[in-house]
Amino acid sequence: MTALVPISLEVNGEPVEAQVLPRLNLADFLREHLSLTGTHVGCEHGVCGACTVRVNGDIVRSCLLLAVQASNASVETIEGLSDSGEIADLQDAFRHRNALQCGYCTPGMLIAAQDLLTHNPEPGREEIREHLSGNYCRCTGYQAIIDAVEATARARLERAS
Amino acid sequence: MKTARSEGLSVLDRPNSYIGKVVPRPNIERLVQGRGQYVSDMVLPRMAHVVYLRSPHAHAKILGIDTTAARQVRGVIAAVTGKELSAVVTPWVGVLSHMKGLKSAPQHAIAIDHVCWQGEAVAAIVATSRAAAEDAAELVVVDYEELLAVTDMRTALDPETPVIHASLGDNLAFERKLDAGAADRAFAESDEVVEAEFVFGRHTGVTLEPRSVVADWSVAEQRLTIYQGTQAPHMVQNIAALHLGIPDSQVRVVCKDVGGSFGIKVHVYADEMATYALSKLLRRPIKYVADRVESFNTDIHARDHRCKGRIGVKRDGTIMAFEIDDLTGIGPYSMYPRTSAIEANQVVNLVGGPYTTENYRARARVVFQNKNVMCQYRGVGHPVACSVTEGLVDLAAARIGVDPVEIRRRNLVPDDAYPCASPAGLKFELLSHHTALNKLMAMMDYDALRSEQAGLRKKNIHRGIGLASFIEITNPSAAFYGVGGARISSQDGVAVRMDATGAVICQTSITEQGQGSESLTAQIVGSVLGVSMERVRVILGDTDNTPYGGGTWASRGAGIAGEAALQAAKVLRSNILDVAAAILQSAPSELDIVDNRIVSVGDGSPRIELNELARIVYFRPDTLPPGIQPELMATRHFVPREYPFAFTNGVQASWLEVDTDTGFVKLLKHWVVEDCGTIINPQLVDEQIRGGVVQGLGAALFEKCIYDERGQLTNANMADYLVPMSGEMPDIDVGHVISPTFETELGAKGAGEAGTAGAAAAVANAVNDALSPFGAIITEIPLTPQIILTALRRI
Repeated sequence: MTALVPISLEVNGEPVEAQVLPRLNLADFLREHLSLTGTHVGCEHGVCGACTVRVNGDIVRSCLLLAVQASNASVETIEGLSDSGEIADLQDAFRHRNALQCGYCTPGMLIAAQDLLTHNPEPGREEIREHLSGNYCRCTGYQAIIDAVEATARARLERAS
Repeated sequence: MKTARSEGLSVLDRPNSYIGKVVPRPNIERLVQGRGQYVSDMVLPRMAHVVYLRSPHAHAKILGIDTTAARQVRGVIAAVTGKELSAVVTPWVGVLSHMKGLKSAPQHAIAIDHVCWQGEAVAAIVATSRAAAEDAAELVVVDYEELLAVTDMRTALDPETPVIHASLGDNLAFERKLDAGAADRAFAESDEVVEAEFVFGRHTGVTLEPRSVVADWSVAEQRLTIYQGTQAPHMVQNIAALHLGIPDSQVRVVCKDVGGSFGIKVHVYADEMATYALSKLLRRPIKYVADRVESFNTDIHARDHRCKGRIGVKRDGTIMAFEIDDLTGIGPYSMYPRTSAIEANQVVNLVGGPYTTENYRARARVVFQNKNVMCQYRGVGHPVACSVTEGLVDLAAARIGVDPVEIRRRNLVPDDAYPCASPAGLKFELLSHHTALNKLMAMMDYDALRSEQAGLRKKNIHRGIGLASFIEITNPSAAFYGVGGARISSQDGVAVRMDATGAVICQTSITEQGQGSESLTAQIVGSVLGVSMERVRVILGDTDNTPYGGGTWASRGAGIAGEAALQAAKVLRSNILDVAAAILQSAPSELDIVDNRIVSVGDGSPRIELNELARIVYFRPDTLPPGIQPELMATRHFVPREYPFAFTNGVQASWLEVDTDTGFVKLLKHWVVEDCGTIINPQLVDEQIRGGVVQGLGAALFEKCIYDERGQLTNANMADYLVPMSGEMPDIDVGHVISPTFETELGAKGAGEAGTAGAAAAVANAVNDALSPFGAIITEIPLTPQIILTALRRI
């Protein structure tokens, strides 16, 4: 086994210094080293989207990124996005539309949806389906999620106008 | 028995009732913030991690295991073989007495000298981190002698095929035959007899959170606490206690948030049992979280059936008889403790279920093979039975030139024929096939779709419409497991109490995996008591802190535990009114509880707030009249007795397009009308239906565990095993017919599996409808491009 590597990064706006093995992925680092367990691990190879986080503003699969690669980066997880209030309306829409059952896909789903709404404030249902098609949900059948994202987009546009 | 109707205005119709209302689930906020607590998130002091080394062979003898090198790895606490672990955990046999003739072999927590499927655990490595345990697992040396693998269910019973468990004599686990009515005569009198073989892909649940457990043995208390995402905590308590040799009361099972279940987490798996045993052996908390490859190789699979079916029909559309010969391969063991004979048994029970014909012959054979175990997954047998039945009905309709809707209208059991029974002996209290079908026709505008389809055909666009009527088993009584000797409770209990601030706490024996168990309990209790839902807190998933009960499976939570909640709340309400009457020098009959306060029945005028009543009860009982002892806690249990199962019914339709050049299917729209009786929360029911439909759509189009001839699972990851994603799924319209069960005051039946029951059948019928100009008929799922192009003779 190789030696520990020092990394320093920002997680949800807080500075973090750590010593990690080079093989440690970002998802495990967030969950096990920082106890940020809202980032979920589903497939462990970048297919299911449960571990989606934001790194320097872009959404990434934290199971496909090594913690050392996130050195000097700014990482945002569901906990940070919840506390900042950035996605409060989206979360509320999920709650009212029952766009989650077990909730395991939800953090990744919310972060992917927020990414869509940031880049495309007026997506059609097909565009929403397409953008979220890398996030697996076994419970809902997706329709409620699409509805919630669509409703959030509409409400944001109304507020902006 | 008093019912909602006989009492006039029921407890459910009270002012401000939550019944039938859309109310956000009380537990949902923590989940949208990523602040749920799943077992995979848990950390306990001194907790160690276990990794299981698994057999690379489907069938082999273990000649020796050398763990010496693995034990040297830094961080490793122990490396344990099956033989070593057998000192603390006994083997089991997954049979039940009501499945007559069912046999299986003793299964160990970790294989000792014989591995029977690729993925069976052969050693456990326990370390301070999972990474260290995985490193060490690579250093374990296992000497295998590979044996011939039994993989094809069709040859599993042949004399030249090796017998997997010599002690059993053959590879036949279970066989059931049924002959009802006069099938031979009915087929002879039929104008047409149509036959087909229906083939179902083996698939699995793919819960997003893998199976996870933390087992914590307390040496001082001689007590085991199991944190596990399970649907049946009391069942797990009993099984763990039985095989670890400790009293049930010395096992506590705690179930926190669960990342998906669908039947996958209603069983007790060998690796879970091994984890409990390791905790006892090593005297510390042990955590096991399956990785995705392990999930595919060890989570139960389902639906690996080949079912030959026949239908006899008169030219006027009358269905004369059904006959099936079902074959299924369940892997090397009957799963514990629910057994792997249930799915085939359900297929026999359910085929032909929606229809009037009394002539039905069936045989089902369940065989062992060297693949992962199969057992109960959402829908258990329903999708198989529905696909066979509805596939045969459509084939018969096509043969005699009758529209698929018309043949169903002529043969579905009439809505005024209830109560009645099916040829397989199923008792139906009240179903609504015709009302449901009529509603579906209106929702989808069937005639307009048919014209659209005809118009598009001229442009070489091939769309299809497929229908599937179904019945669903819900609210199971002891007939399901209890009568066979399983210690799996069919009753549930709910305790409701009012605390000193007027808040209400409910403890229920069902569990929550996202269906809305907490919500429906709070909705019922709040409605019956007259208390707002914000004041109601629901506690579940803890054998130390809930009444004893079955849990959440087989579409039973709302119907069974919901009724217990209703009855418990009624008693508490009555007790509260007794106290109120004493305080107010009134009579209970003159008082009511509305919006968290006692009011006068006559004019609704407020008399005393519940929090004030509670203050007096708990802190100033000295001011109550002599002889009054308030009981602000009530517990009630419920189990269905009149009907072994509360059957529901429904009908689904699929509208899709087949690309005849590529073989791809595009789902355009899906409709469901179902009848689950009283609806407690329409949104929760609709979302159960939609989620269930999409699991059925996955089976119809994508999902299949692909084994090679040596028993190797070749697609054990989420990139190669395809699941439905949002891009391929259609919008699903859901409608309801409401026929409450009169066995309960609540009137609720289950809704959890209706979607899964009929979705694949509707899609398969729609694909065949789309391909009808080509004379291609497909009776195999998943309907992959390869299958479709082969049927079209394009490849």
